[in-house]
Amino acid sequence: MSTRVVPKIMKQGRLMPLLFVLPAMLILTFFVVYPTINTIGLSFKDTKGELSAATLCVKDQPCWGIFENYRRALTDEVMLRAFRNNALWIILMVTGTTGMGLLIAVLVDRVKYEPLAKAVIFLPMAISFVGAGIIWGFVYDYASFGNQTGILNAIVTGLGGKPIPWLTRGPWLNNICLIIVGIWMWTGFCMTILSAALKGVPTEILEAARVDGANEWRVFWSMVVPIIMPTITVVITTMVVNVLKIFDIVYVMGGGQPDVQVIATRMYQEQFVKYNSGLSSAIAVVLILLIIPVGYMNIRRFQQQEAMR
Amino acid sequence: MNKLVNVLKTIPLHAVIVLLCIVWVLPTFGLFVTSLRPFQDINESGWWTVLSPRAPEDADRPRFTLNNYQAALVGYRGRKPYAEACLVENPDPDCAGTGLLSPQGMGRSFLNSLLVAVPATILPVLFAAFAAYAFSWLDFRGRQFLFVILVGLQVVPLQMTLVPIYRIYTQLGLNGTFVGIWLFHTGFGLPYAIYLLRNFIGSLPRDVFESVYLDGASPWTAFLKLALPLATPALASLTIFQFLWVWNDLLVALVFLGGTTPVLTYQISNMVTSLGAGWHLLTAAAFISMLMPMIIFFGLQRFFVRGILAGSVKG
Repeated sequence: MSTRVVPKIMKQGRLMPLLFVLPAMLILTFFVVYPTINTIGLSFKDTKGELSAATLCVKDQPCWGIFENYRRALTDEVMLRAFRNNALWIILMVTGTTGMGLLIAVLVDRVKYEPLAKAVIFLPMAISFVGAGIIWGFVYDYASFGNQTGILNAIVTGLGGKPIPWLTRGPWLNNICLIIVGIWMWTGFCMTILSAALKGVPTEILEAARVDGANEWRVFWSMVVPIIMPTITVVITTMVVNVLKIFDIVYVMGGGQPDVQVIATRMYQEQFVKYNSGLSSAIAVVLILLIIPVGYMNIRRFQQQEAMR
Repeated sequence: MNKLVNVLKTIPLHAVIVLLCIVWVLPTFGLFVTSLRPFQDINESGWWTVLSPRAPEDADRPRFTLNNYQAALVGYRGRKPYAEACLVENPDPDCAGTGLLSPQGMGRSFLNSLLVAVPATILPVLFAAFAAYAFSWLDFRGRQFLFVILVGLQVVPLQMTLVPIYRIYTQLGLNGTFVGIWLFHTGFGLPYAIYLLRNFIGSLPRDVFESVYLDGASPWTAFLKLALPLATPALASLTIFQFLWVWNDLLVALVFLGGTTPVLTYQISNMVTSLGAGWHLLTAAAFISMLMPMIIFFGLQRFFVRGILAGSVKG
């Protein structure tokens, strides 16, 4: 690791730096570090966080002893469905936001009204998932007969089809409809970062390739993409973490359907509806185990950046 | 001639961009139009018919109204316009408990959201600025190590900390209080805030700091008079980011404030899940909640974008 040498001049004894750092560190310890450790502990306890999780075992049923909460978190039918749904979210939303973000960044790079177009795509980033839930709930609105006030079903019936209950037809359609809302919200984020990276690609290299007869398609895939690959990786990892934690859209738009639950909504359900802190903590631990590789990658990337400073 | 060919060649490009922009705007635009339509119209026809000819008997009914906004603000859930139903001598039973400060109204929720978001923005930015300065320009043991930990902490999901904090808050009586949610957001916003500010403050030119030290300035003065003013762009980005994050948050508000002090996001999700409020109320309520983010977005887009580019893993 690189150590940026702070000049001796700036040594201020031992007390002064502590006064600057300590308040933040204390708050962090109390609100992030301690609860994380505590959650791990609770995941081995019963519903109230008192006795060992092993006491939850039922005779003649499968039991993992002290890991009982993990057995349920990893094998219960509802949990398996939540993992499957979260996996679907990751596959569709990460590729969707990154792909659309890159496409739009490349396209608007060639037009004069770039700032306006980017603002339009970016705007959903500023509003809440709850607001987005209402916006899209209205797009997906469904009436079994009569006039359709949701624009999608108006189009479907206008073309002579039957109205489709977008948000309640499982197990695929409802999930995909929710994921589309996520893509709508986060494409602007990916576009912004990727667009900045595109602007950093030296034009001389690209011009040289064009002069040598490479077409745009070729230039893009064999020159631009490799150059901005580090940024694409950052975008993808950030999105994977975001999607793993997805909660609001499903909570607001899912209407409590078991079909669309994801890890975070299951965790909320166990803790604040069923008051089972053991199982909800185990779910949280599973979630962080899935995220840790990304945290590790962040640290590695940070250290590489520091080394270059 | 060549010029014409060139223009024609770019038409597909423009078409694709415009199409994408329309697709992106249309849902929000539809919501906005709907929120301005009278109750009956919303349930009878789609918002895109708003300018089409109507049946003769409806011809003199207004096409647009602010009634939905009024009803949403005061928490009135009836079907008649609020003024007709409640601001008369014998108000309808629906009117009970409505008013600008009614806990079921968006007006009160807006206020609550402000009361939550402003301190929950100032506190983490303040603490982070101090820490970021120390990580950049002060020397202490474990500096590098602590900072690496901090980078790692950025990805700890909110869900990981909810249960223990909720239990502690229950014992301390902090559930349902502003202080509780301020502190939680502060704790949770810090790793990213320190990271972003440290990257900025740490990249300020070294000679500036060296010269003030040589002049005998204390770190305190250097921080207040030098680092903070120079870091204004980063502070602005961070403030906007943190503010929007808190403003748009549902999960933390749901857990620590709930129905006792409903914020905007809570109020709306409650209208969706338990009260089944009609579209006339939901659309207006959603737009009220989006007002602040929109103002910030259009007014301060530059800082917002910069905050994102500073490299974020947030949440």
